[in-house]
Amino acid sequence: MQSAVEVKGLTRVFEPKKKKEGKSVTALNKVDLRIESGELFGLLGPNGAGKTTLLKILSTLLLPTAGKAFVAGFDVEKDFTEVRKRINMVSGGEISGYGLLTVKENLWMFTQFYGMKSSVAKQRIDELLTQFGLADKKDEKVRTLSTGQRQKMNVIRGFVTDPEIIFLDEPTLGLDVNASRVIRDFIVDWVQAKENRTVLLTTHYMMEADQLCDRIAIIDDGRILACDTPENLKKLVKMNRTLKLDVTSLKDTSKFGSIAGVEQFTFQDDAEKNQTYLKFILTHDSAVTDIISEVQRKGARILSLQKTEPTLEDVFIKMVGKGFE
Amino acid sequence: MAVSHDLRTFKNAAWLGWQMEANWTDPFVFATYSIVKPVAGSLILVFMYLVITGGETQTPFFSYMFIGNAFYMFVAEVLFGVTWVIHDDREHYMTLKQVYIAPIKFYIYVFGRAAIKIAITTVGVLVTLAFGVIWLGVEIDLGAVDWMVFIPALLVGLLTMLIMGLALGGVTFLTAKHGMGINEGIAGVFYVLSGVIFPITVLPEWAQSISYLLPVTYWMEALRRGLSPDLMTSLSGATGLSDFSNLEILLTLALSAVAFLFISSAIFRYADKTARRKGKIDWTTSY
Repeated sequence: MQSAVEVKGLTRVFEPKKKKEGKSVTALNKVDLRIESGELFGLLGPNGAGKTTLLKILSTLLLPTAGKAFVAGFDVEKDFTEVRKRINMVSGGEISGYGLLTVKENLWMFTQFYGMKSSVAKQRIDELLTQFGLADKKDEKVRTLSTGQRQKMNVIRGFVTDPEIIFLDEPTLGLDVNASRVIRDFIVDWVQAKENRTVLLTTHYMMEADQLCDRIAIIDDGRILACDTPENLKKLVKMNRTLKLDVTSLKDTSKFGSIAGVEQFTFQDDAEKNQTYLKFILTHDSAVTDIISEVQRKGARILSLQKTEPTLEDVFIKMVGKGFE
Repeated sequence: MAVSHDLRTFKNAAWLGWQMEANWTDPFVFATYSIVKPVAGSLILVFMYLVITGGETQTPFFSYMFIGNAFYMFVAEVLFGVTWVIHDDREHYMTLKQVYIAPIKFYIYVFGRAAIKIAITTVGVLVTLAFGVIWLGVEIDLGAVDWMVFIPALLVGLLTMLIMGLALGGVTFLTAKHGMGINEGIAGVFYVLSGVIFPITVLPEWAQSISYLLPVTYWMEALRRGLSPDLMTSLSGATGLSDFSNLEILLTLALSAVAFLFISSAIFRYADKTARRKGKIDWTTSY
């Protein structure tokens, strides 16, 4: 069966404008990836990990420096015309659109660029506007829409052409809870409604990736660190436990990372509340006693304690060595 | 199938272009603006001419200047129009990447948008010429127009402008707003060196050599010969192109269109690929 996306040794280096101005940046470093047709695939990584660069290459906006990328079996570099017939792309936080046109006109115009029959396009636009709660805005000029409504319109623009493969770059970025839920539910329904529809989604949100994706690749510094189902990824830290502690402000946290049984340690200070949040990934439960002793030795007081099973975030921290914050 | 898709792309791009050009105000204001703008633009030059010549408009050179200046609107609007589409879509509406990854021939989209610029500019040129004939005595006699020269000259010239605009559009892929400066520079070169408002014979010899290489020089000459044959007969010898027959002028214009078709396509393809290589298709500079 034809893979929806296949990437082999893909490398993308951004050179500085002038050599004196700085170093080159390797956004993607020999990335290998295969996404099967019909998959809802997630790409999880911090800012600057290379997620958007990969999507731009796959959507024919950017050329790779080295390596190959195929979408629906077509080379993105040489057969970009064939690729474009089969894809669409939506970027989160996108407020683009022709402000002088109405919502319906904006969407209709793009359907025409994709060769859709006018009657089919009109029906589909109406359906999607209703699904996304924008039906009452269809005759409004785009310039009058709120940021969230513009984002929704752009998500509709991506799906209205019924692509085989859609690239979604943080589609719920900056949206409120309800709007995000509408989009997430729609993505799941869309990919399941017809065979061989494929979604490649990048996200910052662990919950979103965990909830939506069949498989997830964790990417950092332009490299794929792990790629598997959310369940299998969590098994990578199956033997570990997570301990979260909220304590009164701690000035010195240097010892926590070296306590026996602690595999990963992160912390965050909240100066306003005068609190420190500690998070540990443990290989041995025995470390809990030593951690509590260390907290007390530093003169801090424990405000709350929570021990949890591994989450996707824990997998991410284990792989990347840091959280998103 | 491909042709019908291209036609549909052209039609929708033209429709979008029309919305952009005309949909910002009510039809009456737009109509008024469409008439006042070109006339006001021409009057600047007319007043300058009147000051220099002491109020004399009934000379062949006044008509020469007025007609050239009216048709120059096409040069400026088409060259700017094509490049502005790319700049505006990328920086203002942020839709360039969405249009770019659509399964269309991008240059057809650009031509569709530019077609509306041409249509609106045509109205401006007609209004300006009518104003010149009625109020300023510009020498155009509709009964004497050589349509066999004028129509092909107009069409081939417009095509040449579109083709040249495509090359500048390619350059715009690689530049930010300052790309507009390049267009202004090129349009300025045409204005000065192509016999738009004065014959090229007043230029130094080295500049005349450049003039003979510019398609706009032949375009302006052909348009004037078609529109006002008597005027050009009276100026014979003064325009620098008197040795060319009408056919030779048209053929030179057509050949330059073909030459620029190859040059502009090559520049556009190169710029397109370079923009993809450098990641400039969805580049916003906040200018």
